[in-house]
Amino acid sequence: MNVNEKLAKNRYIPDAEPHIVPASHADYAMLSLLVNACPAGLYHLNQNGNLHIDAGGCLECGTCRLLCDEQTLNRWRYPPAGFGIQLRFG
Amino acid sequence: MSTPDFDVIIVGAGVAGCCCATLCARAGLNVLLLERATQPGSKNLSGGRLYGYAFEAIFPDFARSAPLERKITREKLSALSSGGASTLEYQHADACSWSVLRARLDPWLFAQAEQAGAQCLTSVQIDALHVENGAVRGVIIEGDTLFARAVVIAEGANTLLAEQHLLVQRLPEDGVAVGVKEVLALPKETLENRFALEENEGAAWLFTGGICASLPAGGFLYTNDETLSLGLVCPLSSLRGAPAPLPELLEQFKQHPSLRPLLRGAEVMEYGAHLVPECGLKGMPERLAGKGYLLVGDSARFCVNTGFTVRGMDLAALSAQAAARTLIVTLQEDDEADMQPLYRQQLEANSLWSIMSRYQQMPEFLQTPALYQAYPDLLAALQRDIHAVDSGMPKRVAKILWQHSLRAGWPRLLKDIFRGGRSL
Repeated sequence: MNVNEKLAKNRYIPDAEPHIVPASHADYAMLSLLVNACPAGLYHLNQNGNLHIDAGGCLECGTCRLLCDEQTLNRWRYPPAGFGIQLRFG
Repeated sequence: MSTPDFDVIIVGAGVAGCCCATLCARAGLNVLLLERATQPGSKNLSGGRLYGYAFEAIFPDFARSAPLERKITREKLSALSSGGASTLEYQHADACSWSVLRARLDPWLFAQAEQAGAQCLTSVQIDALHVENGAVRGVIIEGDTLFARAVVIAEGANTLLAEQHLLVQRLPEDGVAVGVKEVLALPKETLENRFALEENEGAAWLFTGGICASLPAGGFLYTNDETLSLGLVCPLSSLRGAPAPLPELLEQFKQHPSLRPLLRGAEVMEYGAHLVPECGLKGMPERLAGKGYLLVGDSARFCVNTGFTVRGMDLAALSAQAAARTLIVTLQEDDEADMQPLYRQQLEANSLWSIMSRYQQMPEFLQTPALYQAYPDLLAALQRDIHAVDSGMPKRVAKILWQHSLRAGWPRLLKDIFRGGRSL
């Protein structure tokens, strides 16, 4: 079972605005670390080496925030109250 | 000072926040408990094992009335090698811990705080603390300030608010782990049969060995009423050299022959992740309190991993108790006081400080690479030879033991045994 199928089992209330925003130019090694480290596998590098984040599937753990700095992520905050993951088991 | 709306505002309705709100409200303080989730618990996640003593001290009827999953009567500890496992198992005569699911437990804790008289609000995101003359005197929500004589920071391991106000430093990569967890559904009877459990009794199973190659990482499995909590805990420092993306490490772990047959047909119900502060006493913030604020639970880094027990929720409850006692005295006597000395004294009085002190060497010991590959492999090789039967002359068990210990290297083995012993 891949991680996207697992995320599909979770309940989310999606927010229109992403709560995690990558910087436009970031260190490649840092980006590859985030690709490997995100428990939800939300970080993808496209062919041009640019980072894409599917923030909608975020588990709100904070791993990526602790692994990098503002040179990599412009914004890391929780989704606004009422949005994001709604754990039914926890 | 602005007129306070409340005596105490508590940020975060997890274990520490709810316990602290209950105790402060019972003492007659005017308490506001704030939670960002819509339903209490729906942003909270634990591996899933709770030690009861700290909760029974706060809620006398805890074991009977709280929504607990199973009483843990069976302990298992496995060192995995590729294809094999060496397991130590223990059956409790008197259990003292339970498996829990936070989305079920936390609404109960929240209700206890409400019943005690605390005002409890959900769906509230706090943007910042309100600071007046060097003292924390409230919280800011969408530009509005709610004033309080003191604020308890119980925001969990991901300390956004405390870092923003420089009350704590960001955890270093080797002082924090990420736990990833699946909740898997199994029919009750199947679950009890597979894990050889009586009704309502449960198993707790911890794993080491090859989970993130030779880098520090562990696995866990707890049986709930009709589900399993299965996951990995991987220090962020291990993620740098990890042989595969974290979600794949979890899939590989599930494929181990010790686990695969137990998980057959189990349906994934939920997938979550949470940070685990594993820095121990040495990595804790220098200040756990100051003028107008206290840090409790995961926010203060109260968490212990000994390799065979993982404790966070009981320590959160203990810290909440110490914080409540500190607040009750301080708000009665002098709310201008720096609460650090009294909080420290209360933490020492209720044993939390001695728990953290006892295990202060542990985080360093758990960085020993041999624990994650060389020793699990050694145990496997040892047992393979002991169980081997063929047409040849059987080896003496003493000789098998001697040969394998030579291969592992006595100096290293003795050093690690000594270090491990000293850490416990």
